[in-house]
Amino acid sequence: MVRRHFPVAAFAGLIVAIQLATLFTGTPYYLTQLTMTAYYSLVVVGLCMLIGYAGQISLGHAGFFAIGGYVSAFLTTFDLQHHRGAFVSLLEKSGALVFRHDVYGGSLLTVHPWLACAAAILLTVAVAYLVGGPVLKLKGHYLAMATLGIGIIVYRIVLGTEFLGAADGISEVPGFPLPGGLLITGNASSRVSNYYLAWGIVILGMVLLLNLIRSRVGRALAAVHGAEDAAEAMGIPTARYKLHTFVLSAVFAAVAGVLLTHYNAGIGPSEAGVMKSVRYVAIVAIGGMANLWGALSMSLVLNYLSLRGYFGTYDDAVFGVILILIMLFAPDGLLRRHLLSDLKRMVSRNPAEEETP
Amino acid sequence: MKGKKGMVALGVLLAVFLSGAVAQAAEPIKVGAILAVTGPASFLGAPEARTLEMLVAETNAKGGVLGRKIELIVKDSGASPEKAFSFAKQLIEEDKVFAIIGPSTSGETMKIKAVAEEGKTILLSCAAAEAIVNPVAKWVFKTPQKDSDAVLKIFEQMKKMKISRIGVLSGNTGFGNAGKGQIEKLAPEHGITIVANEVYDKAASDLTAEVTKIKAANVQALINWSIVPAQAIVIKNARQIGLTIPIFQSHGFGNIKYVQAAGAAAEGVLFPAGRLLVADVLPKSDPQKALLVKYAKDYESKYKDEASTFGGHAYDAYTILIKAIEQAKGPDKEAVRTAIENLKGFVGTGGIFNFSATDHNGLHVDAFEMLTVKNGKFAIH
Amino acid sequence: MLGGMTAVTLNHFLPLPLAIVLAVVLTMIIGAVIEILFIRWLYKPSVLRMVIITIGVSILVREIALHIWGEGVRALPYFTGSSVSSINLGGVYVSSQVLWVIGIGALAVASLTAFFNLTMLGRQMRACAANRDAARLCGIDAGNMVTLSFVLSAAIGAIGGAIVCPITYVQYDSGTPLAIKGFTVAILGGLGNSTAAVGAGMILGILESFSIWVLPTAYKEAISIAILLAILFFKPSGIFGSAEAARLKEF
Repeated sequence: MVRRHFPVAAFAGLIVAIQLATLFTGTPYYLTQLTMTAYYSLVVVGLCMLIGYAGQISLGHAGFFAIGGYVSAFLTTFDLQHHRGAFVSLLEKSGALVFRHDVYGGSLLTVHPWLACAAAILLTVAVAYLVGGPVLKLKGHYLAMATLGIGIIVYRIVLGTEFLGAADGISEVPGFPLPGGLLITGNASSRVSNYYLAWGIVILGMVLLLNLIRSRVGRALAAVHGAEDAAEAMGIPTARYKLHTFVLSAVFAAVAGVLLTHYNAGIGPSEAGVMKSVRYVAIVAIGGMANLWGALSMSLVLNYLSLRGYFGTYDDAVFGVILILIMLFAPDGLLRRHLLSDLKRMVSRNPAEEETP
Repeated sequence: MKGKKGMVALGVLLAVFLSGAVAQAAEPIKVGAILAVTGPASFLGAPEARTLEMLVAETNAKGGVLGRKIELIVKDSGASPEKAFSFAKQLIEEDKVFAIIGPSTSGETMKIKAVAEEGKTILLSCAAAEAIVNPVAKWVFKTPQKDSDAVLKIFEQMKKMKISRIGVLSGNTGFGNAGKGQIEKLAPEHGITIVANEVYDKAASDLTAEVTKIKAANVQALINWSIVPAQAIVIKNARQIGLTIPIFQSHGFGNIKYVQAAGAAAEGVLFPAGRLLVADVLPKSDPQKALLVKYAKDYESKYKDEASTFGGHAYDAYTILIKAIEQAKGPDKEAVRTAIENLKGFVGTGGIFNFSATDHNGLHVDAFEMLTVKNGKFAIH
Repeated sequence: MLGGMTAVTLNHFLPLPLAIVLAVVLTMIIGAVIEILFIRWLYKPSVLRMVIITIGVSILVREIALHIWGEGVRALPYFTGSSVSSINLGGVYVSSQVLWVIGIGALAVASLTAFFNLTMLGRQMRACAANRDAARLCGIDAGNMVTLSFVLSAAIGAIGGAIVCPITYVQYDSGTPLAIKGFTVAILGGLGNSTAAVGAGMILGILESFSIWVLPTAYKEAISIAILLAILFFKPSGIFGSAEAARLKEF
């Protein structure tokens, strides 16, 4: 039991330690970008589950992130005051709508963020189930291209659709209220609470995934990854497990999308871009494919550096290089025992790539 | 084993903190810039970043402003709003910049408008959308001419040419989207009917199908609102299928290289633009002439590249800021902000700026000149 | 993209035909270098691994191109005529450059087909594609064949880039959407069948062009990808390929 919970406790300790460090050095502003990092990390660990444990690659996860973010952003900013009808008043009576004022004194009647979030997740689940079935039947580069294609379709739709703001995206998204007077928002005044909220959600997600891996499902997935045909012959419903993992990781991405959109107060089509999807895969790869903690720590470091503009105009190139190096030197030997040495090698190689100014 | 990994991550993170935490003495005035140097809007961000670097070097060579040097921090957002948000927070809270120039695109600017307001930091946007300064936010200004004014200029011209049925094409960028919106909004007031209205992909390589659709709609003129390369492809394809009606382009057409790329097809294309493009042929009496010629010459000699109106937006943002700092007699945020609001008759590349508490753009229809292409060169229509 | 960009750069100090030939040769060399650096020495790489590596390489090439050439858009002059001149073929206006593209494209397909069917080298390559191990048993150097296939496809890509760039212009990021479209066409036609790929490319182009009469143009690319997905879901062997041939290939 102690062994099992130690990493979670250690990670929580790290999160607290970072906050205390910023407190004592008078640098609380680091927390803003660390909070954004947390939400991207949520996508990464979900994707890690899919790639590492179910053995299915997805180059379209930014699409699910965008579905979550865009649905929530649209519903919480679309003013229903001029669309009053039977349905709208029914929603209003049931308390599903909120009336609020924007920063310029205008008033808006919009869907409540919680309902918007639920809608976002429902849509993601529906899309993931719909495309997941046929997509996961594919193998190898067909699977890679199909998921890439799904990501591009989402990108094209958000970029080409007028009411989603086309190339400008959606702005002025309100904060996301939580019980206890907490609010997910990028305002400097609630920086610390948001930092803990975001990482708390990541840790919650990690606990969920870790338990899943140790459960019957996890063992079945390991069997699927090892030898799919053999697993099937043993009576494991491989297709169903793969699909469920796909949907689960899509939901992780969508939740991250919803929350980050409320935190940033907006979303743009770049969140759905191919480069974002490739970036998530690169982080999972450098984290060690089937290694949630590795993916999490790499996501923490790389996303944080990227958000700080550390890579300058080489931002995309850095992730391209990571992807190439990992695929060249440590593509799939990560399920075995020498996982640690592989990871060490990757970590020690890491600084070399970051030298680009 | 897992603990070790945690330690490694912690170590890397600490290194990052330490490298970032080296504080600088507050000698120079820090100016942040969030520009889309790479990515889909690099045609805006890259010349803007180059212009700023050139201007800052110039200021510092002269001994700075009020005896203080300018320190420029350029952040490449790649036109991603989430990065613009992250950088705006970082520049305001961590680097404690005096003002921010940029972002290059409207989508990004809209997302950090509230950040600038909260951080009480002057934001001089290089993006065109009306929504940036309407409603007016206390700390947010913008330097590019309004899209609506560009559209008005075109409609004025159409009235002269007795055109009332038009076709509209636009690219799926923020720029194309904003222009299309203004055209749709203003057309009815000017007695103009939009018969065909199409949006295409910014990376489209052939638009024959789209212009054929316009041709089939039997219109009197075509307005295309996009950026390169599509805007050059539109006119080529249109002329190739024998469409001979007048073609209007947006002010984004303002780069001679693309006119050369479009070759003979560009001849006679009408577009509203700032006077930078025709600096050489402006009458001597024009108040902008001296400044425009100098900027174009400096930029071209330094970067071996034609100056574009986009770089001019950053030029204006920077010079407005410096002028306001001088007038406020020091980098006091509140005083400089008020000084910008009180700037009148300020000559920039985009036009003559007249700011006020209710107008944070300061430019009007007369900032545009109707230009055309004659013998492969820009000329006043 | 590389082909077009290099040709434009070389065209500054070389005559047009020479610039294009040199650009194609340079791109072939780059293709070979990429293969030797990133693929060749891998022990039995899975196709998926190679796909991800090539995605990484394409990002890298794009970023390097951005830093070499900047963000500007470039173009070659029209080979004949000018940008407005067009030839009237029975009421349809066609630019002379389009004829160049069709002509050179047809030539490329014809020579590829001849190469694969008539020369020893071409047959060896097909053997490798069908079954690597069996090919090796017959004394074919499979590694060289993969390098050669990279060089060949780089050459064809570069020729394509150079001949369409007067029409479409070329920019540092103009390669990526084409890569995805290219894959769609290849799948549609059935992998390893260049004549069918031409047919598939035409079908895709026509579908795309017609789609804008029904749907907003902004969704054009989404449509070609939806077609790709539909093909993958329902007939992975492509519309012209046989299911049996597809199953023989190891993925």
